[in-house]
Amino acid sequence: MTNHWLDIKNADGVFIMGSNAAENHPIAFKWVLKAKDAGGTIIHVDPKFSRTSARSDIHVPLRSGTDIPFLGGLVKYILDKELYQREYVLEYTNAAFIVGEGYDFKDGLFSGYNAEKKAYDQKKWAFALDEKGVPKRDRTLKNPRCVLQLLKKHYDRYTLDKVSDITGVSKDDLLKVYQVYGATGAPDKSATVLYALGWTQHTVGVQNIRLSAIIQLLLGNIGVAGGGINALRGEPNVQGSTDHAILWHILPGYLPVPRADWPTLEDYQKANTPKTSDPKSVNWWGNRPKYMVSLLKGWMGDAATKENGFGYGWLPKVDPGVDYASIFLFDRMYKGQVRGGFIYAHNPAQSMPHSHKVRKALDQLDWLAVGEIHHNETSDFWRRPGVNPKDIKTEVFLMPSCQRGEKDGTVSNSGRWQMWHHKGVEPMGQSKPMGWMVVEIFKRVRDLYKKDMGVFPDPILNMVWPEAYDADIQAKKINGCYTRDITIKDKEYKKGDQVVSFPFLQDDGSTSSLNWVYCGSYGPSGNLSKRRDLKQTPMQAKVGLFPNFSWAWPVNRRVLYNRASVDLNGKPYSPNKAVIAWEDGKWVGDVPDGPAPPMAAPEGKYPFIMQSEGHGALYGPGRVDGPFPEHYEPAETPVTSHPFSKQLNNPCMKMPVSDLDILAKPGDPRFPIVLTTYGLTEHWCGGGDTRNTPALLEAEPQLYVEISHELAKEKGIKNGDPVVVESLRGKVEAIAMVTVRLTPFKVQGKTVHLAGMPFCFGWTTPGVGDATNRLMSSVADPNVTIPEYKACLVNIHKAEKVTELSL
Amino acid sequence: MPMTFFIDTTRCTACRGCQVACKEWHGFQANTTRQSGTHQNPPDLNAFNYKLVRFAEYKENGRVVWYFFPDQCRHCEEPPCKEAADKYVEGAILRDSSTGAVIFTEKTRQLSPAQMKDVISDCPYNIPRIDTGRGILVKCDMCIDRVRHNMLPMCVKTCCSGAMNFGERAEMLKLANQKLSELKKECPNAQLQDPEDVNAIYLLTDDPEKYYQSVNG
Repeated sequence: MTNHWLDIKNADGVFIMGSNAAENHPIAFKWVLKAKDAGGTIIHVDPKFSRTSARSDIHVPLRSGTDIPFLGGLVKYILDKELYQREYVLEYTNAAFIVGEGYDFKDGLFSGYNAEKKAYDQKKWAFALDEKGVPKRDRTLKNPRCVLQLLKKHYDRYTLDKVSDITGVSKDDLLKVYQVYGATGAPDKSATVLYALGWTQHTVGVQNIRLSAIIQLLLGNIGVAGGGINALRGEPNVQGSTDHAILWHILPGYLPVPRADWPTLEDYQKANTPKTSDPKSVNWWGNRPKYMVSLLKGWMGDAATKENGFGYGWLPKVDPGVDYASIFLFDRMYKGQVRGGFIYAHNPAQSMPHSHKVRKALDQLDWLAVGEIHHNETSDFWRRPGVNPKDIKTEVFLMPSCQRGEKDGTVSNSGRWQMWHHKGVEPMGQSKPMGWMVVEIFKRVRDLYKKDMGVFPDPILNMVWPEAYDADIQAKKINGCYTRDITIKDKEYKKGDQVVSFPFLQDDGSTSSLNWVYCGSYGPSGNLSKRRDLKQTPMQAKVGLFPNFSWAWPVNRRVLYNRASVDLNGKPYSPNKAVIAWEDGKWVGDVPDGPAPPMAAPEGKYPFIMQSEGHGALYGPGRVDGPFPEHYEPAETPVTSHPFSKQLNNPCMKMPVSDLDILAKPGDPRFPIVLTTYGLTEHWCGGGDTRNTPALLEAEPQLYVEISHELAKEKGIKNGDPVVVESLRGKVEAIAMVTVRLTPFKVQGKTVHLAGMPFCFGWTTPGVGDATNRLMSSVADPNVTIPEYKACLVNIHKAEKVTELSL
Repeated sequence: MPMTFFIDTTRCTACRGCQVACKEWHGFQANTTRQSGTHQNPPDLNAFNYKLVRFAEYKENGRVVWYFFPDQCRHCEEPPCKEAADKYVEGAILRDSSTGAVIFTEKTRQLSPAQMKDVISDCPYNIPRIDTGRGILVKCDMCIDRVRHNMLPMCVKTCCSGAMNFGERAEMLKLANQKLSELKKECPNAQLQDPEDVNAIYLLTDDPEKYYQSVNG
């Protein structure tokens, strides 16, 4: 989130799209209700009417996978009616930047496309630079090559007729939403965007979010109270685990993972340290070398020296251009290229798309170690239905994990608040925290290296490693300390002192920090994630800001880009819900994005400090599939054309190549129904935990498929009938839930039906049904390789024989 | 002063935290349930579910409405169940003088099956259920064990949306009337269900019958 949960209450408009907030974030949803109490309008755009829709003022059903037309039409509406916040757009976004001659867009393709590689040459999209290397600007916003004019041209094609025709949303409904949302372009109004996996899990997932950012920037809704782009994370600690680099492509703190073509630390720093020639741009990532060196010091301790590149050479490197994301990992596993590994708190045999392939991939392993609370479809893959355990060669180790209530640690919520949770009860039986498992396994591996000195012992033997797992000590090391006595800006620091915050981190090895964004969470005053103090100033109270409750990264800033909430002189655009204000020569309210005075001052700075140019990116040349989001149909689509171009699917979408990776052709008559999948309140993610919680299983006991009355009639299905849902990749049994909450869509003059299924059931809980994900494909977004769980093609018929469900 | 629930269904998201928390507090086993084409599960109140969120859905003028109703005993001012039981077994059903909670006691065991049915059919809200295992009549007890220790009933404690409220009757009535007058502006059909007679007052946007929908029909 750019903002935080409490801040939702400040919104005049709450725009929920790609999220079922009430069901998947039931507790935090109270802040949405508070926004409604205060007169805000709640809009929910989603294929089905859910518990979120029931509490919203407006629900608009939309065909899954057509978010970009819906939002593109909104961009056009805002621009046509000039509803954008002009000063904000001119001063704080890249609207005035001139785009270089290399950029072009024709019939669904941007310039620089290489059909063979399914990739663009992104250099074609660069800005035109002046002699100093700063992007040229046209402050009249009239130059046809300026971003605002190109944006206008791009979305001019997204007319109400075309958008309605492809999304299945009526023009009235489109206008109803556009009007309410567009009105928040007034400087003192704000709208918040709440999204989750309904936006990300598409072959255009990243561009869905990009487009919402464009809208929020146009309306001046970023950096303000009740605004922002807010990814709803939650109990799985997606925020914390992403910050700490659970993904393959980053190291902790969003530092790119080392690559084989950056063999030395110098190469790495050169490739990953952006520069700016614009003195008003903070260009925060220019500090990256300090964070990387501090991380290496945290990992390798005294063994990391300037001479050996702080041990950078010991880190594994990825091959450039190779995708190591999970669908490709399992593809390699399926092809016999992976011998064994560890899976913690993850149930890929049930929760990854194309479960049949994932399960067959696991069969190829020699060994597998699983850290889990309960047996699940992954730990027990070797005895799944239809498989003889004798035929599986894999040796499986199950390490019993304790439950979250049985261990200390931190969780970072969606608003980036790092909060300590205290152990409530002792772990049951021999179960242990997963951190304990990792610590102990590494120690044993290290002992083996000490004894036998393997092929490459340096990274193992030089690693700073605790003798025993302790969450508090780990939190302390994440913050980091000084590695020697040092004087910075006339102040002396002693070796071992905790670093107060990341501006003090150094690139000379004098500081260590296991994650720079958390530097400040555990400074000299202790573990701030344990704070529960409600003290606030009257100004902070107005917008629900509690700076002394827990700690938020970065540097306890609660609203990111908050310098965009004030005008050039530091006066809040919305005085009644000010986030920061420049008063008597200093900033009050939230922790501002840097101490510099307001932008009008000679030493003033641009607000979007993480962008090297300092401006919010209406035009975003950094994404691999285009600087402007463009509509492409899901990889499996019920239509054979769309009104915006001849390019039907995302030209860069990713999919492994194997005998099992198959897609139904567009408009495939065998599979005419769109299927979307989701979580639900009563089960947590894949359900491994909650299916083993009897009171929750009682409330949601079995796999179902939600279909409209119209589709049910067409197929001769009655409510409660067992049915078979079938895609090109598999069949799944489910109970039909025939409901008014799903409505057939009128798309290009034809009826398109949409069905919805939860993904939380699996065969290890007897009689509840098995993985919905057996239906899905492993096709993915090209930027981050997130699979398209939200749209595929299926057919449905009444079940003749039922084996997966207890009736 | 009797204690009263105020249940604002316009804030309910049907998360069913109340339903599950009620079971957990009372230490009840889970029923073996089946998906039958609705989220409402278990399908009805039973010996192990004193609280149940009912779901009802309609399409009206092209608009979907989906009602959530966290159903429970109303702890009536003059409980008809008690009147019925008193005819057969004195003390089988009590009204606690300090909280107003209507309590089914162990003495309900002395009621014959026919008498139990009498008690059930006299309840205007169809709340009491027979625990065939223990041979007694059961229903929501207002978490009287908690309330007597100044703790909120479990369903109220766990509610995260503000749908479940609990307090002294006068205070809850005031809150209910205030919420009703606000709601009336946008929902002319809005109403409180029998506020004079009960101590679990529901704020509804529509006729009470519409909150009950039998599965498959």
